[in-house]
Amino acid sequence: MGNQSQLTVPGRYDQIRQICQFVVAGAKQAGLDDDAIFQVELACDEACTNVIEHAYGGENRGELDIVWSYDDRAFTITIYDQGKTFDPQSVPQPNLPIVDDPTNLKVGGLGIYFMRKLMDEISYRFDESKGNTLVMRKLLSE
Amino acid sequence: MNISVESRENNIAVITVSGRVDSASSSDLDNALKEHSETNHIVLDLAGVDFMSSAGLRALVSAKRATAKDKKQTVLVNPSSRVQEVLDLSGLNSVFDTYDTVDIACAIVVS
Repeated sequence: MGNQSQLTVPGRYDQIRQICQFVVAGAKQAGLDDDAIFQVELACDEACTNVIEHAYGGENRGELDIVWSYDDRAFTITIYDQGKTFDPQSVPQPNLPIVDDPTNLKVGGLGIYFMRKLMDEISYRFDESKGNTLVMRKLLSE
Repeated sequence: MNISVESRENNIAVITVSGRVDSASSSDLDNALKEHSETNHIVLDLAGVDFMSSAGLRALVSAKRATAKDKKQTVLVNPSSRVQEVLDLSGLNSVFDTYDTVDIACAIVVS
């Protein structure tokens, strides 16, 4: 296995575990420590969930292509989909929970918040022919 | 993900979850919590959960909201380090009371 690998799966929630296992294997190979691997796995889970939920608008409406790669500087996950344009960076920061009234407790936007907090760099682009491309990087320790 | 439910006296449902709670499995957790959260305190043992995404957190928040409507509580027991990490990251650590054992949690929710 080189320092890049690709996986294509149908856009279903039950495929996310396989995606995460695939990405975790790459992160281990890149030399990330256990905490960083968990953070990469969580960010990847949230990103793929968002693709199915928001870009495709539901399950079984397209595929997810996931590529991991690494170099001396960073471990990179790239997620491609053919859904409608969905830029995670356009989502506002969530209102973190207010404890005063538990009957009115709500959380939303946590997945994207996690991606931003856990990964060092996130970029997004949309192309009419290629669809959405999300790139997330975790910098390697010195 | 595995879920087991034990009903205890004083309207307490002890729900023990293990494995991975993600977008594929969170609806099962959500359903189990909904089934018991209308009339019970929920004591949620998360020691065996090795992964929880925001989908799992939403199920926990939903249970907290449902129990609060009946003046009851949803509390956590011994969350694994990975669960604690997502609770801390989300700020929900300030929302859920957390105890070391199920017995302590059960005693406190009815006190």
